[in-house]
Amino acid sequence: MKKIRIPPLLLLLWLLGTAVPCAADMESYDFSGPVSEQRYKDLVGELRCLVCQNESLLASQAELAGDLRKEVYELMASGKSDQEVVDFLVARYGDFVLYNPPIRPATYALWIGPFILLLIAVLILYRTISRRNRRTGTELSEAERARVAALLGESASEKDSR
Amino acid sequence: MKARYLIPLAIFLGMAVFLAIGLTLDPKKMPSPLVGKPVPQFNLTRLEDPQATFGSEDLKGQVSLMNVWATWCVSCRAEHRILVALAKSGKVPIYGLNYKDRRPDAQRWLQQLGNPYAANAFDADGRVGIEWGVYGTPETFVIDRQGIIRDKIIGPITPEILSQRLLPLIEQLQGNT
Repeated sequence: MKKIRIPPLLLLLWLLGTAVPCAADMESYDFSGPVSEQRYKDLVGELRCLVCQNESLLASQAELAGDLRKEVYELMASGKSDQEVVDFLVARYGDFVLYNPPIRPATYALWIGPFILLLIAVLILYRTISRRNRRTGTELSEAERARVAALLGESASEKDSR
Repeated sequence: MKARYLIPLAIFLGMAVFLAIGLTLDPKKMPSPLVGKPVPQFNLTRLEDPQATFGSEDLKGQVSLMNVWATWCVSCRAEHRILVALAKSGKVPIYGLNYKDRRPDAQRWLQQLGNPYAANAFDADGRVGIEWGVYGTPETFVIDRQGIIRDKIIGPITPEILSQRLLPLIEQLQGNT
């Protein structure tokens, strides 16, 4: 039986044709009006989907995300500023919808914590290095040098004898 | 000097405590900014009767529960028995927000499983759901006489939540006149 050979390029084209574009079922809005596509995408990209919490509203396929995108678009189209849209969502869903949380007492640890940890790490590193430098002078004494030479010589001759 | 060697152990124990607490938290349960605020303004048709309406004004004057549910929501089915039993006890009226559902489906559900709701608002497109900050059904709001939201339960009501959280709060709210 003769083997059928599919030309590689044809195979590639066929496989590409079977790939389903993922964003195909995202709704499309009219950006010819007062709402620019860039502004819309920037804003929904900054907002978190509440259903799949590691995705932005822009990326999420959850139904609620679609509803909220529609809400955001319509608020924008009605002339609301970005801040007003954000306030609308925060009033209903809390700070959690923001990927960029505001600085307030409840979020101090979130904003300042990493810098405090970094500071502690740098202090520990500094102390460790300075202590190590103090303990080991870089210069060897005459006796130490002789000992090193003896040890090195010993191991070298050991190796030769094997 | 020996104490130095205990530092890693102390750090480990500290982390273990924090992480253990973290494990018991459910990231799906977020505090609602609506708690302590008046119920959002809305006016919808009733599930039972498209001619009649149900809105925020109907939630004033008595302590009540507002339960967000849908026939496509699996855990709503799980909590439904508890709602029916609670309604039967007559302790508190339960109102429903039928969220992103189809009217015939929801009506059939109530016929088959029993209807614990004093009335249902029908929110076909989920717009009112957004006003209430709904992101996962079922959700249950406790509303006081002045129409202020006093608590929000996310996820199905379990017998424990009912007896330890909901009923004490409802009794307390009903006690204050």
